[in-house]
Formats: sequence, structure tokens, C-alpha cells
Amino acid sequence: MSAVPKPLPQITPEMAPFWEAARRQELVVQRCRGCGTYRFPAREICSRCLSRDAAWERVSGRGAVFSFAIMHQVYHPGFADAVPYAIVVVELEEGARMVSNLVDCPVEQIEIGMPVEAVFEPVTPEVTLPKFRPRRAAG
Amino acid sequence: MPSHPLRGAAAIVGLGITPQGKVFDTNAIGFAVDALELALEDAGLGREDMDGLLLNPGLAWSDLGMGSFQLQQAMGLRNLRLSATMNLGGATACAMIQHATQAIAAGLATTVACVFSDMPLKPPAPKAERTSGASAYGFARGWEQAYGFFGVNAMYALVARRHMHRYGTTQDHLGAVAVAQRRWASQNPLAQLRDQPLTLEDYHRSRWIVEPFHLFDCCLVSNGGLAVIVTGAERARNLRRPPVSIWGMGQGHLGGDPSDTLTSGAVLAKEPAFRMADITLRDVDVVELYDCYTFTVVVTLEDYGFCPKGEGGPFVASQVTGPGGSVAVNTGGGQLASFYMWGMTPVSEAVIQLRGDGGARQVPRHDVALVSGNGGVLSTHSTLVLSRLPA
Repeated sequence: MSAVPKPLPQITPEMAPFWEAARRQELVVQRCRGCGTYRFPAREICSRCLSRDAAWERVSGRGAVFSFAIMHQVYHPGFADAVPYAIVVVELEEGARMVSNLVDCPVEQIEIGMPVEAVFEPVTPEVTLPKFRPRRAAG
Repeated sequence: MPSHPLRGAAAIVGLGITPQGKVFDTNAIGFAVDALELALEDAGLGREDMDGLLLNPGLAWSDLGMGSFQLQQAMGLRNLRLSATMNLGGATACAMIQHATQAIAAGLATTVACVFSDMPLKPPAPKAERTSGASAYGFARGWEQAYGFFGVNAMYALVARRHMHRYGTTQDHLGAVAVAQRRWASQNPLAQLRDQPLTLEDYHRSRWIVEPFHLFDCCLVSNGGLAVIVTGAERARNLRRPPVSIWGMGQGHLGGDPSDTLTSGAVLAKEPAFRMADITLRDVDVVELYDCYTFTVVVTLEDYGFCPKGEGGPFVASQVTGPGGSVAVNTGGGQLASFYMWGMTPVSEAVIQLRGDGGARQVPRHDVALVSGNGGVLSTHSTLVLSRLPA
């Protein structure tokens, strides 16, 4: 266990619905009401149609690894015992891309295109982190 | 076809490079003043000859608003007709020279200094005084840090991984860039890693930072300042040093997600820049590319058309970019091996080569140089075509 805890996400007003849903073990992303595009993280304005109108919608939690990087350098003392760990960009079935971690998978087995699904990792009573794990292609 | 009115309208006539690297005896403004003094002396000009000042503030300037005015006051500069603080990240250096040229050609200024300085490195503190808690990590805000996603290394690593996936670029390919540039650096007295030769085996053995980036895929971090003086073609002819004529320029800022394009803005910038300069790639003798990472060099070579898109990896692995190769790239060692002054590093090496001041690393034919700048994560791009010949 690191002497210093891992940092918690700063829960901004724009991102609060995401963290509230995560506590209920649900994955939500913003969806533009103008053109229907899913997006993450939260933005005020849709860069596709410039609509200001958006809502948070529950998504399947299924997606695929779009890219990944393996962190070896310790940028924060809270991760001193965690390295090497993977940062993944998951492309959700709905289209939005999300930076997260991949669990239940050794870093050397990660591949682009690998099917994944969301899991929820409670950290504190207030904060649950959505992460991803490998999923069988048929699932 | 008549030549473009900006072609050769202005020239770089002064170059000032302060000591680079772990230098702690001044601050960001001090480095800027030192660099500007050196550049004026190099040109044989005085402060009173300048009427324009463009500044690219490095990270250490973050709390200093109106940077170019601060620098004007620090230098005691009077009666400027052009002043701006610019930030396109690593694309700023070439962009400053572009705006200086445009202002000079339009008659709005005659002699413009373009300055960068930064002081990201702090002196080593006694162990007891080092901060140890997470509070020292001021950038740990937002939500990504909860996942351990930190820093620009990781952002570029995600894009590089896509390039490897789509085009088959390998770790050996990236390593070839690091090795070639270290060979150039071994002949550059200003290079921070001059005395540290690198083989491909050394590269593979160097520690991972963020996979797929080893330590030697990442640029250096340097304290220092760097300035150039730009003036009109006519005045340039009668100064102390041979003028470096500005033949062509362009910018390209693609927008969107670089993981999709895997492309720098060079694809947009090159056409207007080469047309203005009235050259093709075959006319380029010296190539100075912005190299925040080995990967950036691979992509930029592709985007200028030195090889087809996606073949940058095999291209650099064929060892054409090092000393003695057919395409001289980053001839001072670049930001991977000499010093990191954002885009000013490639600009300065182009000036040195075009003047014939390259010493042991001088490229034999050195009429035309191609220089790139790149900021963000392949977010901003600027191109310059420079020549030792008048337009």
C-alpha cells in the first residue's frame, strides 16, 4: 500500500452526473440533443453541430480498446505500487471514447480491438471509478 | 509566374543561444534578456535598431501576463511598433518568424526579435526540503488523474500506439530516430548529450517512461533562452553575419483527434510553403523537424512526403537521416539530444547549417533548409523554408 493514496477525481459540476451514475454502477456519457452524437468527457457545446443542448444517457458499457499506453514512470506517489499499469482509450459501442484503466488483464496481453466491458470499482463512499475488463467477443 | 511577395522579403540576421540545460543562475525573463542580447550582438545591432518584439513564453512564464511587454520593460526597449505574446506550443517559433516577416513586408516594422525562454528545471533541493506528498503535483486535477493518466508523454504514447497498429511501425523504427540524432549530437558542442553515444541496444535497454516510449524517445528538458532577429532583405545584406533568407512559410492546424488522423499539420502547410519558396522536396538540403518524441519525426517526415504515409518507420530505419545519410535530419541532435527550446531548437540549427557554422556536423550542401514546428499533440504546426541564398 502506498503511503500516499491515489488521487480522487475532482468532481466538477459538469461531470457530476457521470460520478453519480458510477455510484449506481451505471455508465453514462453525454449525448448531443441536436445531432445525437455521444461524447466524453462533458462539454458545453457540441463540436459537430454546435448545439448547447445535451443530456447524459446510459450506455451499454461495451466497447473495444482503441489505444493503450503502459505507465512505468511514477507521476504521482499514489501510483508507486501500481506501475506498470495500463491507460486505455475505450471506444464505446455508442461511439464516444473514454480514457480508463483495464483490469483483470496483464498489461502484456492488451491489444487494440480487444472487446471490453465496464466494471465499477468503489473507492470511497462518494466515488466509484468506472473501469473496463476484457469481454468475450460473443458477450 | 511572378515570385511571391513574401519570398525573401526578410531574413534571419541574428541568433542568440544562452547556456542550455541545468542552468539555475537566472530566471525565465533573465534567459530571454540574455538570448536577445546575444542575438543582437550576433547581428551587429543595438536595442535601438529593434522595433518589434514577439515572445513565446515557456512554462515558467505562466504567472506573468503580457510577457512581451514584461520583456520590453526588462530590456528597456522603446518605441516598438509590433509586440505580441504568442503560444502555439512548439509551433510558435516558426510562427513568430512568419508574423515578423509579414509585418516587415507590410512596412509595419523593420527589425523584429523573436524570443523563447523557459526554466522548467529547478535546482536540486536538499533531501529534507523536497516535498513528498501528492500536493506537490499541481497538475493532478480534473478526473483523469484518478486513473493514473498524467502528462503529455502518455497523450503522445496513445497516438503513437495507433500509428504502430495501423502502419506496423515498430520500437526499432522509433529507436532508429533516437540513434541517428544522437550521432548528430556527438558532433555538436552545444548538445547536452554530446558525450553519451547511443546504440539501438542501449535504446531498447533504456527505461520505459510510458510504453511505447522509452526514456530516449522523449525530448530533453532544458532551462535556457533562444532568440533570433528578423529584418528586411535590404538591411540584412549589410549586417555582421550572412543573412538567412526566409523563402517560404505555412501553417496547418488539423483539429479533431490526432489518434484518427495520425498526421501533423505539415500536410496543410507544405503546399503554400513550398509554392512560396518555389522549391520541391528535392531542393531541400537540411531538414530540422520538431522532435518532442521520436514518433513526431516519423510522422512529420511522412507528412512532408519524404516517404509515403505510414512508411516513416522503415524510412528512418534505413538509416538515411543520420550523418552521411541522404536526408540530413535534425543535424544538431534535435530536442532529443541537444537541447529543448520548443521550436527554437530546429530554427537555430537551420540557421547554423545555412551559415556554414556546423563544424564537424556541417552538411556539405546547405543551400535550403526545411524547418517544422509542432505544438500540443500534433495539434498545431508551422513550416519555414530558409535559404542562405537571397531570393
